[in-house]
Parts: sequence; C-alpha cells; structure tokens
Amino acid sequence: MNELLLVVTIAGERVALPAASVEAVVELDTLIPVPRAAPHVAGLSALRSRVLTVIDCMRSLELGATDCSDGIREAAVVELDGHHYALIVDLVEDVVEALSDPVPMRAAMGPGWERASQGMVETETGPLLLVDVAALIAGVEAKAA
Amino acid sequence: MDDLIADFVAECRDMLEALGGEIVAWEAQPDDRTRLDSIFRFVHTVKGNCGFFEFPRLEALSHAAEDALADVRAGRRQPDGALVSAVLAVIDRIGEMVAAIDAGEDMPGGDDRSLIDALAPGAEQHSAPAAAAADVQGKVASPLRTIRLSVELLDRVMSTVSDMVLARNELARRLRESTGDVAVDGAFERLSAIIAEMRDAITRTRMQRIENLFVGLPRMVRDLSAELGKQVLVDIEGGDVELDREMIEMIRDPLTHIIRNSVDHGIELPAERLKAGKREIGILCVSARQSGNQILIDIQDDGRGIDGKKLVENAIAAGTLDKADAAQLTSREQLALIFEAGLSTAKKVTAISGRGVGMDVVRSNVERIGGIVEVDSTPGQGTRMTLRVPLTLTIIPALTVSIGNQNFAIPRSAIEEIVRANGESVTLEQLGGAGVATIRGRRVPEVSLAEILGLESNIGERDRTLIVLRPAGGDVYALAVDRIHDHEELVVKPAAPAVMATGLYAGTTLADDGSPILLFDPAGLAEVGGVKLEAQERAARIAEGPVTTTGPKTIPVLLFRGLDGGRRAIRLAVVDRIEEVARAAVKTAAGQLRVQVGEAILPLAGAEAAELGDDKVRVFRLNDGVQEMGYAFREVIDFAAIDNDVIHADRPGEVSGVSLIDGEPAELVDAHWLFAQHVGAPAKASEPPVCRLPSDDPWMQNMLRPIVEAAGYRVVNEHDDIEADLVIAPQGETAEGTERTIWLRADPEPTGKKDESIYRYDRAGLLMALKSAGAGRGK
Repeated sequence: MNELLLVVTIAGERVALPAASVEAVVELDTLIPVPRAAPHVAGLSALRSRVLTVIDCMRSLELGATDCSDGIREAAVVELDGHHYALIVDLVEDVVEALSDPVPMRAAMGPGWERASQGMVETETGPLLLVDVAALIAGVEAKAA
Repeated sequence: MDDLIADFVAECRDMLEALGGEIVAWEAQPDDRTRLDSIFRFVHTVKGNCGFFEFPRLEALSHAAEDALADVRAGRRQPDGALVSAVLAVIDRIGEMVAAIDAGEDMPGGDDRSLIDALAPGAEQHSAPAAAAADVQGKVASPLRTIRLSVELLDRVMSTVSDMVLARNELARRLRESTGDVAVDGAFERLSAIIAEMRDAITRTRMQRIENLFVGLPRMVRDLSAELGKQVLVDIEGGDVELDREMIEMIRDPLTHIIRNSVDHGIELPAERLKAGKREIGILCVSARQSGNQILIDIQDDGRGIDGKKLVENAIAAGTLDKADAAQLTSREQLALIFEAGLSTAKKVTAISGRGVGMDVVRSNVERIGGIVEVDSTPGQGTRMTLRVPLTLTIIPALTVSIGNQNFAIPRSAIEEIVRANGESVTLEQLGGAGVATIRGRRVPEVSLAEILGLESNIGERDRTLIVLRPAGGDVYALAVDRIHDHEELVVKPAAPAVMATGLYAGTTLADDGSPILLFDPAGLAEVGGVKLEAQERAARIAEGPVTTTGPKTIPVLLFRGLDGGRRAIRLAVVDRIEEVARAAVKTAAGQLRVQVGEAILPLAGAEAAELGDDKVRVFRLNDGVQEMGYAFREVIDFAAIDNDVIHADRPGEVSGVSLIDGEPAELVDAHWLFAQHVGAPAKASEPPVCRLPSDDPWMQNMLRPIVEAAGYRVVNEHDDIEADLVIAPQGETAEGTERTIWLRADPEPTGKKDESIYRYDRAGLLMALKSAGAGRGK
C-alpha cells in the first residue's frame, strides 16, 4: 500500500487527504457567497475559468467556522461527480506515503470527525486520520440521509 | 424527401468506406464468411432503399449482386475470382451512382447489363472494374463532403470552446489591469475574433433543422389514422427552423405525444365530421417558427376541441380542485387543467395515447428544458397546442442584478417587465407582512430578493427596481432588487449539488471579470420566497375587475384610520391604489374638494370634517370601473375580512354600517354613496358643455383643442351662434370676457398679483380650470 497522502491541518489537527483525489492546492482570494446554501458552503470562487464551490472544512466537521475575512485562504481543489470543489484548510503541509491500510479508529472521536473519517493510516510522521473528501463536501446533512 | 436521400447517400458512403478494406480482404480470401456477410448486408441495404426511392438501375444492380451472394451464403455456389470481380464491379458502380445522386447529377452513362451478366455462374471475367473505381475516387472529392460525428464529441468541443471563451475573458481582464502593450493588445484582439468565430461555428454544428423531427410525422399520422379509421391530412411548415440537436431530441417525445392525442382524441371519425358539417378529412397543422431566442411549435387540429367543463368536472371528481375555485376559472384556466396529473377527457383508454402517460408528463418534460406548453381550444372547432422552447441549453441570455455588492443573474426568458418601485404606475403595499405590488392595476405578489437571500440591502424599498417574473407555468410575481445591470449571454454550467439544494439557483457562470455569478431559477425563488404561484393568477384577476363575491360572509376589506381618527373599512375591490400627494394638491374647486393626482383631478371625500395638516395627504384612489375619486385617510391598519354581521346605518350616508373587525367596531365606507355624491352629479348633464376657442389661433386649435375636448367639452368658434359655457382666450385679447373665461398667457410668470390668467403650458392648472368650469355649469 503506497497510497500518497496530502497532509493538511484542519482546526489545528493534522489529517490526511487521499492525494490522488486532490487536483491542485490553491490560494483563494475572492469568495462569492451563496445565500441560503448550507453553512459549510463558504461560497464560490473561480480557478482558471472554472467555478469552484468552496467548502469550509471546519464547518463541515462541526468544529466552528473558518475566518475568511482576512482574504487569502489555502484550499485543496478536488473533483467529485463532475463538480470542482475547494476545501478550505488551515495549512497544506506535505505529501507523504501511506505505510498501512486505513484501520478503523477505536477511540471515540467528535461527531464531525466520526462522519468524515475513513480510518487511521500509519505514515513516517506517525498515525494520521484519513478524511473522506465526499463526506467533507456533503457536510452535516449527510448524517440525516 | 431530399433529407431522406441525403441520409441514404450518407449511409451508403459510410458503408462503402467501411467496405473498402473488406472487399480487398475478401478478394484474397473468397471463403471468408464474415467478409461475405458484410458485403451482402451492403447490397441488401442498397436494394431495400432503392425500391423506396425509385432508382431502378441501382435496384437492379444490387438485386443481382444480392442474389449471387445469397447463393454463396446458402452454399449453392463457390465464390471464385470471377464472382469476386463481378461483385466488386457492381459495388464500384453503385458507389459511382451514389456519388452522382449526391451531386445531383444524372446517373453515369453506360449499360449495367454486362455487370449483371458477369455475376452469373461461369461468366467471363470482366475487365471494367479498375477504370470504374478510379472514376469513383474522383467523384467522392465533391465539395459537399460531410462526415458523421458522435454528439458527445461535439459536446466536448462545445464545452472546450465555452471554457476558451471564459479563459479569454480572464485574459482580457488581466490585460486591462497591466500596462498596455499595443502589439500584445493587437494579438489579443485577433485571438478574440477567432475565438468568437469559432464559437459561432461550433454553435452551428449543434444546430439541426427541425425538419429532422418533422420528417417522420406524416408516416406516423398515416399509420395512426389508418388504425383508428380516421382520415387525417398533415400540413407541415417551417421545417427549416434550426434548433439545438439536443433540444430536438428533448422535444421529440412531447411532440409525438401531442400529435397522438390530436389524432386519437381530437380529430373525429369521418362520419362524425360530416355530421358536424366539416370535411371528412381532418387537418393537422404542425408548424415551427423562431421568435427571439425561442422556437415556437404549433400543433393545430380541426377536431372536436377540448371540453373545459368536462375537465373541471373530472378535476373536482379527482379531488384536485375545489368547487369554489372551479367556479372562478376562466376558460383558459379550465383548459390548462389538462396538464394536471391524472386528468383526461378521453372516454376510454386507447392503445394510441392512453398509455398512462398524460399531458402532465408532456408539460414537465418541456419545462425541464426551460420551455412552456400552452393550450387553446374551441369546442367543435379544434385545438392548438404551442410548445415554446429555448434555442439552446448552454448559452442563456440573462439579466444581471445586484443586492448589496453581489451580482446575480436572472434568465431573460422569465422576465416579463421591469419597473421602478417608485414609478407612477406602481404602488407597493404591505398586507399582513406580505408585499403586494400594484402595477397598472394588476396586483402581483412582491418579494424582496434581499429578504429571500437573507442579505443586507442598503437601498430603501421605494428606490428598488421590480422585476416582474413569469416562471415556466404562467403565474407572475414581482422581485425587488437593488439594481439591474446588463443583459448578457452567459455560458451556464450546472452548480454543485450543495448549491442546487437551496432550490434557488439554476446554475453558475463566470462574469467578464472572472468572478462567479449565480443564475437564479425564477420558480425556485418564488417557492423559497413563499409566493403561491398556483393561486396567484386568480387573485390578480379579482383585482382587475369588480369583485364577484360568493357570499356576504367573507368580504375582503382594507381597514384604515380616517383623517378624523375614525376606524373604518373599505372594500378592497374598489380601492385601485394608494397615493400620497402634497397638501397643495388638495383644493376646493367648483364647490367640491378635489385632489390632483398626477394629471388626473379627482373629487375627494373623507377630508370634509378634518384638518388636512400641512404635509402630505394619503389618498385611496377609488374606482367604480368607469370613474375615479379620492378618499383621504390617515393610515392603513390592516388587510381584513368582514366575517361578522353588519349593523346597517339608519339613513344613507358615507357610512353604510358598522361591523366588528378584529374584535373592534369599524365603520364601513359606502363606496356607492361616495360615488353617487361626488362624481354622480356631472353624469346627469345630457349635453356636453360648450367651449369657445378662437378659430384663427393655430396654437389654440392644434395644441389646446385636444385637451379641451378630452376634458369633455364641445368646441365651437366665434362664428357659431351658441351660448358657450366657457371661453378660452389669449391674455390681452380685446374680446369681452364673459363670466367664465380662461385667459391664457404666454409667459410662465404672472404679470401681477391680479393676474388670474393661466400659463398656457400649465397643463394641470388648465385641467383644473376646465373641470371646475364644467362642474359649475350644472348649478
């Protein structure tokens, strides 16, 4: 198992995203809000003439809201079902190699993490939580469905 | 027919091209079964089509080849070199002929007999093929070359071009920001022009003549009518209208369904038609035309029409319609019931159209692509269905609007009109917290975009712009926005599910400055805004004309406080709108309090016993259908309904009675008495008042006379020996003034304090004088 992982920080916690699903890491400047959309939809942004739906990962994980007022935010661009999303994270760190298959977490996590977790993976820098991109995009509503 | 031939030619070409390699391989290996089969299939197809198109030579050739190959396939004959050559010669000749058909030329000369004979067992090997093949090569290079492409590939090209347009827009923005280099700008201009041209061309590749959709109709109708024992003539018009390919596919099913319905339920049996005094052959007209960015397709039959009453009965029986509501439906609305689920006037389910798929499916299919279906029918004379569909799916003309500092787009097809909230013909009211806009007498629900979106708007309600929207389906509402900007053609992309889940948006697009813009779905806006689209049209109609109340128990009234502080109610139906006028606009003229509203001067009631104050006066504009009058009041309390008994007043007066409204007594204003008292009197005058104008004054005759006549006067001149009620003369004229003379001056400013003349362009002053002179005559 040599899957590559993108290590990012969300709400101060280092987690891993499957690197294969990440198309690019960008710095978002303009953010057009989408009135009436679910709270974790931070807005729309444009990347090379494509519209990105910007997801606030902190809200999606019910960990509070990212402060977008200072302008530039780092985000990972992913594609899901033909739509492009930008996932706002605190920091994008590095790409590392997974040293194990994800194994289920046995300790209790917060409800948001519980929903988005795909398990724990071992890396050279220690164990990381592997986060499901689709769950981040779906946000809180997915729980009800 | 030409299209069918073109299809046939294209098909032959494709097969010939594909066969190219097969023939060579077959020649090398005459017993290869799969090769033999594909060649057999080709001649078989050609034979079948030729019979249909009447190309006897082609048919004879292909028939002969088919026979020979059939023998081989059946094992009755061994393929040998001679046979292969003969078949190849035939195929080459067919290719030659197809090329000639395509080019519209005569068939190439020469006798096919020798080719056919060569196919016979044991025939001599023929030497012609090589030459013929060379000839074909030359023909294929004709200028009208076409290729077939998969639609997916075209779509991919189209979306790439859309991206390119957006990328160009972004580049344009970057170039504007950086310091201009003339050489770069020049190159960019050229690139821009090329991209624009490319977009046009690629858009055209997606366009197809609607004929492709229509071409199968006559056959379908013929089969249907034969099955039903009816006679139907199909008349097709406008086949050259072009439409997006995808769109053609999307309307194929709805169109087919409507036509099936027309033939099955619309057009009668020949005997019935004769009895009804019609020709026994029914006529079905299908026509297409382009109107702006829409395509209109009419399907019209001269059959028995749709029975609106029957639809209403069915709807009531099915429980989808209230009896009370049913009574209020116009015939158009009755017919529109055909689109509701589970309703049909057909007496029995038939194999043709009664397959459980109703007109509701037709409507939802058409609406899904942004189109509209309308129905119009006259019982006994026929039905017309109209499909309105947009030209293409991806590029939408839209209007950009803004709330605060955020831009949004609204599809132009849904916009009926745009009015300013503070315009003359517009009044905004809040009834029970809900907005109602009255636009030229029509009441439409009004919602604020800022409120729907939960955004801050720093623009006052009166300074907004109202966009009257008609979402697919037909009911209007007004949307208040801060500002409107531009009409733009937007390349719309679907938005992410999380955005679509709001129900407000139809997609996203990029503005020229590269920032994303959300495109609204007008029906979704209405839904989220709480506008009930279905019930709306009926309410709007009530506001237009005198109300027909169903019972005395529920009379909608407007509860207000009069100038004297009294709590009163007036029937909503007689209130046309609410106006706010300056105190100075209220004057006593000709023994009657009058108010000037815009250019109209109306008798004013409600202000007799009270001080008007010195600021603004609020006035109900009452309308009895013919005449108007004003009624002054202090404030509107609420929109209410009278549901208690009314205690009638002893004698007629301004107040007809008292009733409990919201637990407190309120006086009911008697609108009839008001009109009788204030505007009824002049109506008694049988003769119009007479006004004398000098005949030698061209200004008076050309400019003034129409105004005077419009005010109800009969105009005479100084030679007519009639007693005039009013004389109008220029100031300084020596003619002796009668008691009622209006002096007109040319100077805007009066010459002195005693100057009672009116400046000749003071229209309102003139009208006031004309009105009071006319009213004074009766006394």
